[in-house]
Amino acid sequence: MNQDLMRQLADARGVSGQEEEAREVILAAIAGLVEDVRVDALGNVLAHKPGAAGADLPRVLVSAHMDEIGFMLRSIDGDGLLRVYPVGGVDARILPGMRVSVGPAGVPGVFMWKPIHLGREQKTVPLDNLRIDIGASDRAGAAAHVKPGDMITFPSEFTNVGEEAVRGKALDNRAGCALLVELLQGEPLPCDLLVAFTTQEEIGLRGASVVVESLQPDLAIVLESTPAHDLPDLTADADEGIAFNPATRQGAGPVLTVMDSRTIVDPRLLNWLRATAEEQGIPFQLKSSQGGGNDAGAIHVAGSGVPTAAISMPARYVHGPAALLRVSDFDHSLALLRAALNAVSPALLAHEDLSNRHHRE
Amino acid sequence: MNALIRKLAEAWGPSGYEHQVRRLIQEEVADLVDDMRVDALGNLICRVGSGGKRVMVSAHMDEIGVMALFAEPQSGYLRFEPIGGLLNSSLAGNRVRFENGATGVIGVYDSFGKGRTSVPALSDFYIDVSDGNGGAVAAGSPAGFWREFETRGTRIIAKSLDDRIGCAVAIEALRKLGRQAANEVHFVFSVQEEVGLRGARTAAYGIDPHLGIALDVTATGDELRNRKMAVTLGGGAAIKVHDSGLVVPPAIVAWMEACAGENGIPVQRELLGGGTTDAAVIQSARAGVPSGCISIPCRFLHTTSETADIRDVQACIDLLHALLSAPIDLPG
Repeated sequence: MNQDLMRQLADARGVSGQEEEAREVILAAIAGLVEDVRVDALGNVLAHKPGAAGADLPRVLVSAHMDEIGFMLRSIDGDGLLRVYPVGGVDARILPGMRVSVGPAGVPGVFMWKPIHLGREQKTVPLDNLRIDIGASDRAGAAAHVKPGDMITFPSEFTNVGEEAVRGKALDNRAGCALLVELLQGEPLPCDLLVAFTTQEEIGLRGASVVVESLQPDLAIVLESTPAHDLPDLTADADEGIAFNPATRQGAGPVLTVMDSRTIVDPRLLNWLRATAEEQGIPFQLKSSQGGGNDAGAIHVAGSGVPTAAISMPARYVHGPAALLRVSDFDHSLALLRAALNAVSPALLAHEDLSNRHHRE
Repeated sequence: MNALIRKLAEAWGPSGYEHQVRRLIQEEVADLVDDMRVDALGNLICRVGSGGKRVMVSAHMDEIGVMALFAEPQSGYLRFEPIGGLLNSSLAGNRVRFENGATGVIGVYDSFGKGRTSVPALSDFYIDVSDGNGGAVAAGSPAGFWREFETRGTRIIAKSLDDRIGCAVAIEALRKLGRQAANEVHFVFSVQEEVGLRGARTAAYGIDPHLGIALDVTATGDELRNRKMAVTLGGGAAIKVHDSGLVVPPAIVAWMEACAGENGIPVQRELLGGGTTDAAVIQSARAGVPSGCISIPCRFLHTTSETADIRDVQACIDLLHALLSAPIDLPG
């Protein structure tokens, strides 16, 4: 993992629909590594890295979304406090007392909460009732610094945690963006690499839904971050064996999606990734979950269909200000991605059971 | 025809893993079509006829099932995620079958206590895959439900009649057409209907049809204390008017009803409250495709004993055949 790159990406502010800052970091990072760089109508960064040699190389789309969850300023109250809309899946339980940055200038603020001196209620306050305090004493005072529509992000405090992990906001999915940039920094591969850094994943896979129309890939791999399920469940009996779902653990390598709420990964691609990992001795884990989905859900059903797989890095505390990601999970994900793309061939997409005596398009 | 329905219904093919069903259908239709191909998502697309309208007929190959998640470390019981809309009330004691033929039995928490009279949450179920010798099922293995096909008079009872019975209707209509269609008809055996109409969406984009017709089961209104609807088992082919994802253009309903009348085919109108099928996504492919459905009435949907009537099945075949045999004169 190139931690300088990861820091720049994680520190960049870019909630869904307002990804400009993250996009600038990415455009600078990939300059000179790819051809045909363009920003499409929805703000996706698209590019092309030609294959090493040969004609009729498979066209492989590799994508990562660059937006992050956060908030949008909804209105300013008479007392100068700010009300917000959520952008993507935010957890109201962690917000009271949270520092935030408001608007393009990053005006500092804090989610108001009642200090323990004034009450000991433990109830979660719904997001609709929470307000952000930027130190203004009335509406005009606040309006001098911020305005409705401003994006609001968690404070950026990217740091390495010893040598094994990094911590920061927006690792979902700047970690995927970093993985994709590092892939592009490597040698050419035996495939035409089509690249998409997508927008608005966190609010419904919107950017990714249009990239297939532009890039026309034969297959796709989505790079993601996914919640690690290795937190102890304090409510379960210790001997019940269901304290955690062992399917997605930190430090156990890239997570290959079998199925999520939006995608059933094509078994040909899943087997290709598994076989590559096994041959290369790269640890991996499998994930099936009805909760959540990622850009694969939009990409695989676009146009006349694109077989699509997802490689995710397990991270703790995603969608918060301090997600934790193991460096080894990043490095193993990159190794698997490179090895798989080095082994890609048109045969990967052959249907073994298709009778040869019939016409194929 | 019962032999074909049995073969299709008993085949293994949870959503995303339809290859065994596809292979069966490929063998069955090889001599009945002008050409066939498998698209990027695994839809089998068979063309017959040329000229006239380009018609997409869609029946889905996939079935509901479960995905193995992980084995409990002590007991070895398998945890699972649902594939498609499982009915919690019909899970306990049912069997699932993995691709290699191994079966498992579904258990539930507190089965003789609260589990006896209440409908448990999906997370309260688990699967016994033990073989007495330490054998295990790997995480990431999909399974379908398993139960043998049987008949009772004109009734057909099997798992996965949703929608292998639609596949059978398509195959028998192809047989009856004998490669003579007055239109360019693309029979699609689609994937991943049960998880969100995913296959038909991309197939429709690829085919770019003038007209879509889905073949799928529909619920009946003649089960006790179930949602009221007009469809009865044995009442004939159901011509869809409306469901939760599709309002069939009146011209299509009228076309189907007129054709049935001319050919003496028993039909009934279908208005389905909860649920939809491939036609819902065919209609919104590209710039829009007028779409309708011929539905096969079926009791006990999404259980392992889905029940249809062979006379309704025959009516659906006859209607589809009649519709495709003649030139189609529809607006648009």
